[in-house]
Amino acid sequence: MFETIENWLQGFGMLPEGAITLMLILLKIIILLMPLMIAVAYLTYAERKILAFMHVRIGPNRVGLFGHRIWGLGQPLADAVKLMFKEIILPSGANKGLFLLAPVLAMAPALAAWAVIPFDSEMVIADVDASLLYVLALTSIGVYGIIIAGWASNSKYPFISAMRSAAQIVSYEIAMGFALVGVLMAAGSINLGDIVESQKGGFWQWYWLPLLPLFVIYFISGVAETNRAPFDVAEGESEIVAGFHVEYSGMPFAVFFLAEYANMILIAVLASLMFLGGWLSPLEGLPLVGETFLAAPSIAWLLAKASFFLFLYLWFRATFPRYRYDQIMRLGWKVFIPLTIVWLLVVGVMIMTGTPPWFDVA
Amino acid sequence: MSSLVQLLKSLSLKELRSGLGVTGRYLFGKKITVQYPEERAPQSPRFRGLHAQRRYPNGEERCIACKLCEVVCPALAITIESEPREDGTRRTTRYDIDLTKCIFCGFCEEACPVDAIVETRIYEYHGEERGDLLMTKEKLLAVGDKYEAQIAADRAEDARYR
Repeated sequence: MFETIENWLQGFGMLPEGAITLMLILLKIIILLMPLMIAVAYLTYAERKILAFMHVRIGPNRVGLFGHRIWGLGQPLADAVKLMFKEIILPSGANKGLFLLAPVLAMAPALAAWAVIPFDSEMVIADVDASLLYVLALTSIGVYGIIIAGWASNSKYPFISAMRSAAQIVSYEIAMGFALVGVLMAAGSINLGDIVESQKGGFWQWYWLPLLPLFVIYFISGVAETNRAPFDVAEGESEIVAGFHVEYSGMPFAVFFLAEYANMILIAVLASLMFLGGWLSPLEGLPLVGETFLAAPSIAWLLAKASFFLFLYLWFRATFPRYRYDQIMRLGWKVFIPLTIVWLLVVGVMIMTGTPPWFDVA
Repeated sequence: MSSLVQLLKSLSLKELRSGLGVTGRYLFGKKITVQYPEERAPQSPRFRGLHAQRRYPNGEERCIACKLCEVVCPALAITIESEPREDGTRRTTRYDIDLTKCIFCGFCEEACPVDAIVETRIYEYHGEERGDLLMTKEKLLAVGDKYEAQIAADRAEDARYR
């Protein structure tokens, strides 16, 4: 598709080569980010709706589109418009430059990480060799936005929240990193596309089974990384009001929100890429359906798996009470890190002995 | 041994999974939301809403200006002034209830010996200006005239418990 557009642009004859490349890259970014932003908007809707259903309520159902009340599907759009027209309040004691820079610093890594995420064996903006490392690096940079927001607000609660969030993200980064070490040992690659391809062969070939503890730990650490319930002490509305974004209003607040939800989707997609075989079909190799389109790899499978993880996020939020801060630290350092190290040994042994059906080829 | 069992239990996330099971069941449960303007929760005949002054069937106002309601009102929301009428009966010249003070306790209704002041089921009303929520005698009588059927039915239903 992009070749066609490239040829068409070259047909004008007067555009320099660099401009064409730039336009193509921008086009790819737009094609990636527009659906992502829409997904973020509707994730907030899904969150309110699912939480409401689990609370035996109905949830937003009034704001429709074009005069039709379609279960409140217009709600995210109305919210977006409301946030855009709200006043941006700068606290008088705040460090203005940093205060406005912080949402950008939270947002940029959350979006930049998407550059290396493959949606299909070909659909990826930048097919970098070390894409897993790149993602890991960018997700940890996101914490700077929160720390700077907490500090620049010049207010007590945001500052406490920033400290909590920094310590929490750094701790869970380690457990998450170890869980990923297990994946790259099993796949023998740190390219996300290669990791998915090495899980070929149907549901039981995916890494969730041999790496089950790492899978669980990865996802729970992911919940902690994105500061979501039950690890949302950084927000902690019952103790520190709203945490690092107490002083924010209007669009800067919305940008923090977008960053949080973009990160949630990122973690969900990563978990499905690394442990649930990404775009591979679970029906692959089965009799009867084995040859039909159901067994073919497709982006729909990736989206379905990511939606499953996003549903888990919301389900957790509806179910679990917030962890106490020292319990979060205990879980991260004293449970997850030892567990991952033990399971890394097990994975090593499985690879050395070539345990079928996952490690017998190679 | 029991600590080993405990360890296995916590590693298998048993309690977390049963918690998820509860919320998972409610996800598909029947929703209890009452969607207000279209649907309404049932109301008791004893509901204490907007006040009204009643009349006898022959059109004579019930209130005899005994001022028991003014005395009993804990929020001092009622103000009454009275004078003898031409026919020699005592009637109010002024009967004000300040709804911004009223706490809707229903004591005025309990105190009234002639069932003149009552509280109706009406709860959807508002004022746009200062003074709109000051119910004068005329306004109270107007409410009473408009909703007399409902008021009388509610009193009749409650009569056997009094």
